Amino acid sequence: MMVTLASRSDWSVLRPLLFQSVAQTLQMVFITLIIGGVLGLVLGVVLYGTRPGNLFENRVVYRVLDFLVNVIRPIPFIIFLAAMQPVTVSVIGTSIGTAAAIFPMCVMCTFATSRLVEQNLVPVDHGMIEAARAMGASTFTIIRTVLIPEALAPLILAYAFLFVGVLDMSAMAGYIGGGGLGNFAIAYGYQKFDQAVTWTAVVIMIVLVQVVQGVANAIAKRLLRR
Amino acid sequence: MTVTQSNDPIISFDHVVKSYPSATAPGGTFLAVNDVSLDIHEGDIFGIIGYSGAGKSTLVRMINALERPTTGSVTVMGTDLAELSGKQLRALRQKIGMIFQQFNLFSTKTVAENVAYPLQLDHWRKDYQIRRVHDLLEFVGLLDHADKYPSQLSGGQKQRVGIARALATNPKILLADEATSALDPQTTMEVLELLQRVNQKFGVTVVLITHQMSVVQQIANCVAVMSSGSVVETGDVYDVFAAPRDPVTKRFIATAMNGLPDEARVAQMREQWPGRLVTVVVRQHDITDSAGQTVISASGQNISQLIARYGVHSELLYGGIDTVRGIAIGAITYEFTGERAHIDEFLAELAKNSDVVDFGSKDDPVEYATAVSRARIATPLHGRGDENAPARDMRGGDNVRGEMALEQVDDVVDMVEDESTNGGEQR
Repeated sequence: MMVTLASRSDWSVLRPLLFQSVAQTLQMVFITLIIGGVLGLVLGVVLYGTRPGNLFENRVVYRVLDFLVNVIRPIPFIIFLAAMQPVTVSVIGTSIGTAAAIFPMCVMCTFATSRLVEQNLVPVDHGMIEAARAMGASTFTIIRTVLIPEALAPLILAYAFLFVGVLDMSAMAGYIGGGGLGNFAIAYGYQKFDQAVTWTAVVIMIVLVQVVQGVANAIAKRLLRR
Repeated sequence: MTVTQSNDPIISFDHVVKSYPSATAPGGTFLAVNDVSLDIHEGDIFGIIGYSGAGKSTLVRMINALERPTTGSVTVMGTDLAELSGKQLRALRQKIGMIFQQFNLFSTKTVAENVAYPLQLDHWRKDYQIRRVHDLLEFVGLLDHADKYPSQLSGGQKQRVGIARALATNPKILLADEATSALDPQTTMEVLELLQRVNQKFGVTVVLITHQMSVVQQIANCVAVMSSGSVVETGDVYDVFAAPRDPVTKRFIATAMNGLPDEARVAQMREQWPGRLVTVVVRQHDITDSAGQTVISASGQNISQLIARYGVHSELLYGGIDTVRGIAIGAITYEFTGERAHIDEFLAELAKNSDVVDFGSKDDPVEYATAVSRARIATPLHGRGDENAPARDMRGGDNVRGEMALEQVDDVVDMVEDESTNGGEQR
């Protein structure tokens, strides 16, 4: 029997900590997905709409936003977390804790979402947009009733993809005292040489991802059936 | 909105220009539409024909201000479009339906939802919407397909949904942008018949863009021919068919009907029929200008009597007669054999009341260009044309000569048959 697999941790102590970590992770992930997801949707629509030849074509705005997204998105989140610290302090009031982790997560999520949204709107047939314009629909109406519904299935899959990314980000929240499953796995598993604890966190994350992906696939499949 | 006087055009282009920065010459401009002035009257089915890139799509998109003119003005239903605010413009667009080559149906909405979409934009009450959608789907014959998605429909059905959707808010104008170009000939006929019904039943003015002359021939009453951004010829469809002036128009007409044989065809015919080859232009009516003066007179109306009276021997080789707006038009090529002086005399008599193209006999041929130069009928040209052209070339080009006589007479018979089927369907 491998020593590292021996349960040296007391689960009566760990269990409430695990529950708390799951709650923290879910809190971070869902708040980020809601705020970042909505802001990202808006930013993504703006990116799409300002593209040359699109609904509200604007070369300058597109270039600026496109550049911003390209600059921020590739920054490793752990570094982004550190770099954002002064901003986080001025917005949240502290740079430690779950709330302090959610803020940079939302920012990163917004930029990541925007690109995904843009990319999924681009393939929408321009003909449908032109048809709606010809019928007298306003730009906002077109976005609401044509553009987004037409791209809904890929958008839902994109958000499922984002869920994984945000879960990934939330694992790093432990570095700034944000708690969560990532922190649980590192602090009580890795650093205490207890593989069982680490793997418990891993399995819970896998289950979370599978559930979300499964639901998203089912919805997208239903939407795509036509 | 101003009330439109019955004499005022419902759509009027006044020196309209649309220019884009040139893609090839930096700093230069490309004129998509070049100084077009055109009036379209209420109740017209107005065909705008041209090759792709001729500017017809840009022109028609100015009617609902999807495109804005660089200079010049577009007046629709008495309103100068340049004066409208965004909101007023959207209101006007609800009075102008539009259908498209690729149908542009909303793929995630059902047939019924597609048709209801413009009604929602117009804030109709839900129960009115349902009734209206029902009526429209009944009109286009798709009541059974209300809950299907566009991907489950055929091309012709999709376009009928497009038409129902475009008519939902009772528009005064229907813009059809290459509406039949993606459809097979049979479906094209059905859709054209539907457009004609829309025009007749609801008095909707139809503006029809196409590159198929046969489409114009079948349903339009007026036509404008566009080339390189300009309107090169416009007028009543029969007049334009009977007496095309611009080379582009002639090319288009040649694609729609077998008129004058082309040079290769004449050479082929001469191989087997050494006698006098003569094409007789057929025009059932005179063409008169607005003052009542005859511009182009009828032709070929007494050919049969003359052949009988002079007793010349004739073979029917090639050609076709079609009707445009119910008036016969076309050309027939004969071989006349007999004593030369007798045939000359006969042809001189024939030419009194007809346009005749005399290609001469095998022993004494007349050069093609010379023979044609006096004729006022569409000249078939090689190389350009629409999809009809290759089929025709194939027939003429590689056939065993012995079969050709039959083939060519068949052409005429084909047309007559087409004619009767058309007539039958419209009734």
